[in-house]
Amino acid sequence: MSTGADAAPTLFQQQDANRRRTTLLVVGFVLFFAWLGFGGDYIYYLATLHNLPYQTHHTFPWLGIVLTVVGAGIAWYGYNTGPEKVLWSTGAREITDPATDQEKQLVNVVEEMSIAAGIPRPRIWIVDDPAPNAFATGIDPQHAHLAVTQGLLDLMSRDELQGVVAHELGHIKNFDVRLMTTLAALVGVILLVRDGTGRFFWSGRSGSRSRGKGSDLGALVVVLLVIWILSWIVAPIVTQMLAMAVSRKREYLADAMSAQFTRNPTALASALEKIENSEAPATHLKAGAAHLCICDPLDRKLNDHPGALGDVMASHPPIEMRIIRLKGMGYAQAKQQGTLPPDSPTV
Amino acid sequence: MGAWILLILLVVAVFWAIGAYNGLISLKNQTVNAFKQIDVQLKRRHDLIPNLVNAVKGAMDFEKSTLEAVVQARNQAVQVNAAGPDAMKQISQAENALSGALSKLMVVVERYPDLKATGNVGQLQEELTSTENRISFARQLYNDTATQYNTKQQQFPASLMAGLAHAAPAQLWEIDDQADKAVPQVDLSMKPKA
Repeated sequence: MSTGADAAPTLFQQQDANRRRTTLLVVGFVLFFAWLGFGGDYIYYLATLHNLPYQTHHTFPWLGIVLTVVGAGIAWYGYNTGPEKVLWSTGAREITDPATDQEKQLVNVVEEMSIAAGIPRPRIWIVDDPAPNAFATGIDPQHAHLAVTQGLLDLMSRDELQGVVAHELGHIKNFDVRLMTTLAALVGVILLVRDGTGRFFWSGRSGSRSRGKGSDLGALVVVLLVIWILSWIVAPIVTQMLAMAVSRKREYLADAMSAQFTRNPTALASALEKIENSEAPATHLKAGAAHLCICDPLDRKLNDHPGALGDVMASHPPIEMRIIRLKGMGYAQAKQQGTLPPDSPTV
Repeated sequence: MGAWILLILLVVAVFWAIGAYNGLISLKNQTVNAFKQIDVQLKRRHDLIPNLVNAVKGAMDFEKSTLEAVVQARNQAVQVNAAGPDAMKQISQAENALSGALSKLMVVVERYPDLKATGNVGQLQEELTSTENRISFARQLYNDTATQYNTKQQQFPASLMAGLAHAAPAQLWEIDDQADKAVPQVDLSMKPKA
């Protein structure tokens, strides 16, 4: 197990990589809007190029400027309110004053693991979802949130809860949460805008029909429409694939960090087993936040197959692989300490 | 041409030295901070114990000696106000004795299922577990950070900068084996684990 000496540089590299990727993501998002706008301007410009002098000439790229500004505004808004939006979308409630023994234990466990991870205690939330799951969100360790479902609290022992909480704190500590939350917020915005523009185009089409506008602009509008609609169809797929790809490798890393914080990898392994065997359906955790969770709440079959398709599309590595790795860590640890039970199988 | 190469080498060396120096200072501060964290958690435990003992005194009238041992160990740990090279050893001895007394209390609580059923005692158990965990995790973080700091200042070439950064090996927080061994680990009550 890697502790101390070689953990720090990789942690800093991980943090830097996450900061960089978040910046890239935001820049890419704004560029996408710019492309939509200026692309539209260019088509409009070409279409009006051979118009007679008294007809409209599209020379000023107002569409591009407006859309770029809008895109930048959305990105800024998404980046700043991402954590709130994620928590809001799951209907989480914050635990400030633990009322029950169960909540008290959760708060205690989170405080313990924050000490082990050496980060400030995140704000704690509970999602009233019977399916066991957990996620973390936030911008950095100073502004972080950790949410667990009611199902997780009901199902896990104290040690298992510790393992899961430590996994989430691992995501917080290496800035995974910044990248993942920004991604979730921007994916959400794109889905929202797609729905919104869809409605706009529908109403716009019926409006122009009733007004019976001239047919000289018809071809142009069709071209614009096709590009726009294609863009809005492709964008969510691309961003979602990005979300999936970005989150898979991180799960192994966070599992390893959890093992480092708790020194008890077998507890997280058994927690993952319990989560996998749970039949309770997720009621509050939806697609938008799936890549933030410790295990995919949608229970997609893809995640269970370590094949090529699973590698591309699944948001999480197969749970089986994660459990095997954790058990391997536990075995190595027990062997090192000479506390191997006599009947344990040789791996 | 030769002068240029020399100059470039010099600049590279200076930049490396600044980086190595800052790295050592950063680790040093992290180590100091991690040690403070142990202190914070120990203090929290000292403050918590009187309240906890008061809360369960009534329910545990028959195990007075165990409770008294805890209070006594706590008072001794509070009084240790050592400074100097032996400070850490003295503090850790007193605190380990307190940990031992507390785990005995936990074992006693485990032995009486009826006792566990009373609300106060269940909460006491959770609080004790959490307190002990906090201390051991703070200790773990300190030891990890200190090991990292010690390794860094001893490894070549960062060791060249160790003198300039006033880096000295940090003492690790040892766990006293005696105190651990004194804790009875066997649970004979034959009831399922909670």
